[in-house]
Amino acid sequence: MKTKDIVYVALFAALTAVLGLFPPITLPVTGVPVTAQSLGPMLAGAILGARRGGLSIVLFLVLVAVGLPLLSGGRGGFGVMIGVTGGFMFGWAISAFVIGLLIEKFWNRLNVFNAALSIAFGGIVVLYAIGNAWVAVVAEISYWQATVGAAPFLIGDAIKVAIATAACLAVRRAYPLISKAG
Amino acid sequence: MIAGLYIDGQSALHRAAAGAKILAMVALGTGVFLIPDWPVVAFVLATVLLLYPASGFGPRIMWAQIKPILWLLMIFFAVQLWLNDWQAGMLVVTRIAAIVMFASLVTLTTKTSDLLASLERAMQPLRPIGVNPEKVSLAISMVLRFIPVISTVASEIRDAQRARGLDRSIVAMVVPLIIRTLKMADDVADAIDARSFD
Repeated sequence: MKTKDIVYVALFAALTAVLGLFPPITLPVTGVPVTAQSLGPMLAGAILGARRGGLSIVLFLVLVAVGLPLLSGGRGGFGVMIGVTGGFMFGWAISAFVIGLLIEKFWNRLNVFNAALSIAFGGIVVLYAIGNAWVAVVAEISYWQATVGAAPFLIGDAIKVAIATAACLAVRRAYPLISKAG
Repeated sequence: MIAGLYIDGQSALHRAAAGAKILAMVALGTGVFLIPDWPVVAFVLATVLLLYPASGFGPRIMWAQIKPILWLLMIFFAVQLWLNDWQAGMLVVTRIAAIVMFASLVTLTTKTSDLLASLERAMQPLRPIGVNPEKVSLAISMVLRFIPVISTVASEIRDAQRARGLDRSIVAMVVPLIIRTLKMADDVADAIDARSFD
């Protein structure tokens, strides 16, 4: 890895931490809190690509694990990492990697549709597959029940996919960092 | 520099090696999943809770650790009560509480710098497969430096976009934030290379 790549990895880990500082918005009707922080893995994957994007989230998670209160709401430490929502934490890293992989694949013909699909697949399908499996094991419920329980959060995620798609396309025009022929 | 979640003290747990505490945490986490009886897990939980006063932490600190997941525990208990019986609910709730309380205790009694030092040691054997501990340390210190910088840039951009009436658009915030900090990242990388790091 070149020095530039290391700095980019550190930058997106820091960006994910800063996104956690924004106060969560509570959705009307369902009362589900939506945090800006889960934009971090989407942006990291979509802008840095698979390897650097995935590593930046791994780096972020390492800093959370060693006890820095970088998760939204000032949480951190091993308790949140291996607690109930731990699957979503590890899922973030894999989700950033998968988003990066897909964006790299579509890079030369990236448009609103394949960018949004890539980010939604990595940021929702892959993330919830891992996160819900973890919840199902910890709470001794079926995978289906965990999926139903997580459903209200999808509204916030759909908004985040839209934001990440717009940001990914704008940054691709202004400051492209992925140069994969695909 | 951001303050960690560590709380200073002199107890046996404070003095124990970071690596040993992490191993104990992994062992406890695995252990409670192998025990199928809730009274045994409840006993483990009670032991973990007793470690809090033994390490010099009062009820307020204990409450702060469990509070964020309390509503989830209540939902999980209700679901088990509905699907199975209250014993199954107790097993799930005591198991999660034991893991979270012990893991939080490790965080509270271990300095962030000690954990980072053990991480660096643990990475040494990974050198042959391309992991460079010095580069990881460099990345970690850069993250800590970038967090306040990004916050400052974010508030500058918010002011600029407010003047344009764009302060409610998240995209109009995020895109300039990313592009400006990416430019900064390039300068930082050049500065590091100019000092022959590698």
